[in-house]
Amino acid sequence: MQETHTIVVPDVSAEVRQQLLAFVLQLADTSLILAHRLSEWCGHGPILEQDLAMANISLDLLGEARSYYQYAAELEGRGRTEDDLAYLRSAVEYRNPLLVEQPNGDFAHTIVRQFLYDAFHYHLLLQLQAGPDQQLAAIAEKSVKEAAYHVKWSAEWIIRLGDGTDESRRRVEAAITALWRYSGELTTPSATEQALQQAGFVPDYAAIQQQIDEHVTRVFAEATLPVPQGVFMQKGGKTGRHSEHLGYLLAELQYLQRTYPGLTW
Amino acid sequence: METAELTQEEQFQARIDADVRIEPKDWMPEAYRKTLIRQISQHAHSELVGMLPEGNWITRAPSLKRKSILLAKVQDEAGHGLYLYSAAETLGASRDQMLADLHSGKAKYSSIFNYPTLSWADMGTIGWLVDGAAILNQVPLCRTSYGPYARAMVRVCKEESFHQRQGFEIMQTLCEGAPAQKQMAQEALNRWWWPTLMMFGPKDADSPNTEQSMKWRIKRFTNDELRQKFVDMMVPQAEFLGLTVPDDKLQWNETKQGYDFGDVDWAEFWDVVKGNGPCSRERLQARVQAHEDGAWVREAALAHAEKRRQRAETAAA
Repeated sequence: MQETHTIVVPDVSAEVRQQLLAFVLQLADTSLILAHRLSEWCGHGPILEQDLAMANISLDLLGEARSYYQYAAELEGRGRTEDDLAYLRSAVEYRNPLLVEQPNGDFAHTIVRQFLYDAFHYHLLLQLQAGPDQQLAAIAEKSVKEAAYHVKWSAEWIIRLGDGTDESRRRVEAAITALWRYSGELTTPSATEQALQQAGFVPDYAAIQQQIDEHVTRVFAEATLPVPQGVFMQKGGKTGRHSEHLGYLLAELQYLQRTYPGLTW
Repeated sequence: METAELTQEEQFQARIDADVRIEPKDWMPEAYRKTLIRQISQHAHSELVGMLPEGNWITRAPSLKRKSILLAKVQDEAGHGLYLYSAAETLGASRDQMLADLHSGKAKYSSIFNYPTLSWADMGTIGWLVDGAAILNQVPLCRTSYGPYARAMVRVCKEESFHQRQGFEIMQTLCEGAPAQKQMAQEALNRWWWPTLMMFGPKDADSPNTEQSMKWRIKRFTNDELRQKFVDMMVPQAEFLGLTVPDDKLQWNETKQGYDFGDVDWAEFWDVVKGNGPCSRERLQARVQAHEDGAWVREAALAHAEKRRQRAETAAA
């Protein structure tokens, strides 16, 4: 259960506040969608211990998403709740990057998606916890400890799969080929993020990209996997141009709230 | 030889009678060991298979809070499975063998998980009734004669009581909500009531293992005693919720200070036990598929660990 405490909204212009709202929603959507994907594994994992680990990470991300949605609701100031924001916005209003909405696929796809996201997430949170927005800094400070564990877990699996059997290597390489092209969007700033970078609320993504590169290169080297070069990067999720997968995910996630509008559960 | 064995067995029974815990390295009759492995692994399998009916609603939970609680609950069940497999391993069973027995259909798990979850109210009903029944079955096991099992059950029971409260809270929210929600709750109760009564097992007269298990203090109450306790506990809760228990014969009996209730459909009970429950095939199939799909992952982890070991050896040499 989430603790209720006062949410501090920074003293900024209406325009910056709108941009900040969009950015916080993007963070919220991203954590929620990845949490949802991981939760699809529950009861179907390759081994009980990893079923537990994926549920754990999913729960962490869900908690983080709720903190962001609650903050977004406050920034918006229209009396909407965390559930209104998660359950009553359509796919084109969602702002998560394409990577996190990609289907689970086999365990290798789930691990590659997770590792690419975790590497970004961890380095982003390190910056946000030192940023000027008190609320984001507080959420990041709590979440970065969890993200440090997530990236350790997914990196260990990249290494096991890359340097395991012929089959695991073939599968993890296929997953990298499928998913690498979604990694660039994470650090490609949208117009909103660019504006917020100028105002100091969003960290420098070029610097974060460098940290990610070092991190990924180190882990891939241990996994004996080549780092892909010169791959065309897809983008669109952060501006609402999603893959076809998101609509189905939301149809499931939002089913009860859409079927019985306005009820309490 | 025979006299010595008899003495050992008598000594064993004396310890049980004095409520002294049996520990893994203690001598125990082979039948005691076998009965415990069967019971503990069945319990572990039930936790594992039990993740599926509730897992079916994690992606459709109606609020972020409910989603988070449900996911945490199903995750707890995975954790219970782990403690219980470990407890069974102390008796010499291997997890691989226990899983193979589950997948081949040789080992059983609780029949209740062979029923489908059709609405959100099923999440409430499972927490309230099914976990309620599980608690009645399991609380006495915290004092069961085998130490590792008893200790695992202490942890399991703590979490189960939280699960039961969250289930009741879902039901309460539905019953205090819109007519459609209350109807959803009643419909779920109608479907789950009788299968839940079946969770206590066959009637005492048809339960051949009960007497020996009571003597060994693996079991501390009979099936019928627990079923009566359950009905007496749940009927007032249903009344509090404003729900109707689907049993025409349900009536308070002043003399026995408990409820009289109708007879379980034992034909259905045995059908489901034999693998003909509405979801029996699907549940087992889901477990087998997860295991088979995960084979390459487990192989990769082993192969990598072996490579590391060899490298460490070479480095040390």
